[in-house]
Amino acid sequence: MTPSTIELIASAEDRRVAALAAAAIGLTLAEAAIPLPIPGIKPGLANIVTLLVLYRYGWRTAAWVAGLRIVAGALALGQFLTPAFLLSLSGGVISLVVLAVAIRFPPRWFGPVGLSLLAAFAHIGAQLLVVDVWLLPGASILGLLPLFLSAAWITGLANGLATAHLLKSNPHPAEPIP
Amino acid sequence: MFLKFLRPGDWLLAGAGLVLVAGLWLRQADSLEGRVVIRLDGKVYQEASLRLNRIIEVAGPLGISRIEISAGRVRVAADPSPRQLCVRQGWIPPGGAAVCLPNRVSVENAAAGYDTLNY
Repeated sequence: MTPSTIELIASAEDRRVAALAAAAIGLTLAEAAIPLPIPGIKPGLANIVTLLVLYRYGWRTAAWVAGLRIVAGALALGQFLTPAFLLSLSGGVISLVVLAVAIRFPPRWFGPVGLSLLAAFAHIGAQLLVVDVWLLPGASILGLLPLFLSAAWITGLANGLATAHLLKSNPHPAEPIP
Repeated sequence: MFLKFLRPGDWLLAGAGLVLVAGLWLRQADSLEGRVVIRLDGKVYQEASLRLNRIIEVAGPLGISRIEISAGRVRVAADPSPRQLCVRQGWIPPGGAAVCLPNRVSVENAAAGYDTLNY
């Protein structure tokens, strides 16, 4: 058998992204198993990973991890290219944009909790916009706004606190790859 | 113990978010104030608020139907229809309706709720 001429070299950075994305995908899948009363509301635990990576390894890595999590999570759940995937994608992209700006805020004033809240609101805002403009044009999204924003506030706060706790309890990042 | 994770700006953002959410809920509560839609012959005869107590009289083909709005509730108080179905229905629950078919009058308690159709 002729040896393959294509050789994929995975750098340490690639391995790190893969390991972190795997953690995020794991959280996404675990979360999908939790029964929730209202469609569209979920804790978004994978965002803890995104935020953690943002603080530890920078925005580029965070964007990779979030992107891989969105695509692979959707593939695993059978939602790839469905409306649910597009909602997840739009929310993910907008919250990454917001985080890119927010990570430059003075760290003395803004910590992971604030960033998590901003990202959560951006996430649900983008999703509701997509629903309003594209998925269900004409339906009154306004009536759902309080419910979804309340959920975003709670999950944003909770995920931010979890991230802050993880950042503090693991001050020296252990390399995720042995 | 988790409070120590919040920096001043975080408090500000959390507070602003809470105010925004609370404001939206209040606005929502306002806009969800019940409406009563009275129809005669299938056409809207009158729309009224549930807040204002009053009796609305509708002149149908058989006579006058009296619709009573009281303490945020609505019912058909009197109607000339022979079987009195809509009167005996009593207070109309939110989202429900009473129809006095012989007199061509219908009363709808149009609470702006969400159901599977408009969700």
